Amino acid sequence: MENSSETGQNSVVCTDASINIEGINKRFGKVQALDNVKLVVDPGTVFALLGPNGSGKTTLVRILTTLLRADTGTAHIAGYDVVREAQLVRSVIGLAGQYPAVEEILTGKENLEMIGQLYHLGKPKAKARAQELLEQFDLSDAANRKVKTYSGGMRRRLDLAATLVASPSILFLDEPTTGLDPRSRLGLWEVIASQAKYCKTVFLTTQYLEEADRLANKIAIIDKGRILRQGTNQELKDCCGGDTLVRVKIADRGEITRANNALKELGGDKLHSYPDTGEITLPSDGGTALLPEVVRRLDAEKIMIAELALKPPTLDDVFLSITGHTAEETPDLKQDTSVTKRGIR
Amino acid sequence: MNIRANSNIINGLSDIGVMTRRNMLRYIRLPQLLVFNALLNVVLLLLFNYVFGGAIRTGGIAYIQYFLPGFMVQTVVFGSTQTSVGLAEDLSKGMIDRFRSLPMFRPAFLTGRVVADTVRYAILIVLMIIVGSIMGFRFENGILPVVAGVALIILFGISLTWVGVFIGISVKDVETAQVAGFVWVFPLVFASSLYVPIETMPSWLQVFAQINPVTPMVDTMRALSLGGNVSASLWKTLTWDGAIILAFLTMALRRYKLIGQ
Repeated sequence: MENSSETGQNSVVCTDASINIEGINKRFGKVQALDNVKLVVDPGTVFALLGPNGSGKTTLVRILTTLLRADTGTAHIAGYDVVREAQLVRSVIGLAGQYPAVEEILTGKENLEMIGQLYHLGKPKAKARAQELLEQFDLSDAANRKVKTYSGGMRRRLDLAATLVASPSILFLDEPTTGLDPRSRLGLWEVIASQAKYCKTVFLTTQYLEEADRLANKIAIIDKGRILRQGTNQELKDCCGGDTLVRVKIADRGEITRANNALKELGGDKLHSYPDTGEITLPSDGGTALLPEVVRRLDAEKIMIAELALKPPTLDDVFLSITGHTAEETPDLKQDTSVTKRGIR
Repeated sequence: MNIRANSNIINGLSDIGVMTRRNMLRYIRLPQLLVFNALLNVVLLLLFNYVFGGAIRTGGIAYIQYFLPGFMVQTVVFGSTQTSVGLAEDLSKGMIDRFRSLPMFRPAFLTGRVVADTVRYAILIVLMIIVGSIMGFRFENGILPVVAGVALIILFGISLTWVGVFIGISVKDVETAQVAGFVWVFPLVFASSLYVPIETMPSWLQVFAQINPVTPMVDTMRALSLGGNVSASLWKTLTWDGAIILAFLTMALRRYKLIGQ
């Protein structure tokens, strides 16, 4: 719902609304939070940085949004250096942090007007823009209510609206849907997806594989501060066994090792088992031919099947094939939370 | 929408204004903060005056006459610890990240806080004067010196607020901010001429009390409200104000830049 002059400006900005990250390193004490991170995000695309808790996602976002300085390496946002031209970077970006940064004692409208004034839009323009965004984000009815009466989903929407006040050409969304119920998440996804239509570059982090899959044109996988792999959704899926996987869930998780051995021959090194859920995935080679074979082999071992399906691989499978563990696992929780906490402060 | 990152004077002042309004609204919409703050000061004033007042020799004048000018100073000294708490809270809620990612005048976030706190001090001091008057306090030196004295106390409050700002953005959480405030505030308030004449203290403590910035501030206010020589303590207190603001404003702005490093 941008007016024509804004759209005009956006299409101009769009051409150089890129993100260039060259060899960023950041260390907190003994923990290497970011290890030689190199990424390029093209203008007008949605880019997802996918990784588990404490993998360095927030630290990278904080460096790109001028909140934190890297130890070494450089980053350019829309051509501006994040350290030397920090104030210029701030004028072209919008940031929605991990937790909604909205004022509880102010109303939704006051929150957006305040941000507009801090972008120096001038009072009348800040008011008009607030009104516009409140409508766009379906918050008109709650506009004059204090934010402390808002639900989690409403806060997130207001927070996102606040990042859009000055129509920034590059949006940084740090885990935008963490803590939301499924319905609110779907709503927010629609809003985020619509931003790319306005020629905005979106850099989002997530630990939800489905989210990256759904929203992003390109995905990079980060773990322990290192970018493990990047590419399009399809490229990432291809690396773990093609377009469709056979996914079998056994009734008794305790038999996962036996099931694994029974099916090993069919999947080879592309076979993965998830002891936590009792699931095993293997490449299907594009057809259904493998399904009866899976049933026969498990049956021969007297292993009960709970579910059997032919499904496209999710990014969870990709993550497992690259890192050897699923994205939900946090290999070293203590260390990772300390990184996250320090990252926030 | 022509948004250019600029820190020209008009934008800077506008940012400070917006940030001041934000903090003022907090006082207006959560009045219990200010109400309890005021209540605490009234209770302390009553307690100290009636519990200790009789036991302290103040050279022939009623204790409330001696004490109230000092108590007004104490109000802003204690008040500055709230600045630390408020800022630590802002930091813990992630609001500070939003402000730091905007192309706004960088010192505005902290300055807006200080301006709002200045208004708070003015309200509290006026309230102390009213309650003190009910308890028998009289300005023996006319109204103008009092106005000047209150202005000086507020300036002193501003300088200490920058100390509070620095602590607030340096500590890790709200509770620490609370305790950290008390650590520096109590020696300042008690080891000074605020409650008792310095001459009654052991000599080593007198040395500290003489240097203590609270002492010249209290002496100035006392002289302004009761009559007496102002100039010596006035220069001392103005020098302190300048030195504290310069040091802690610089340190706070540096620290603000480095939050999260």
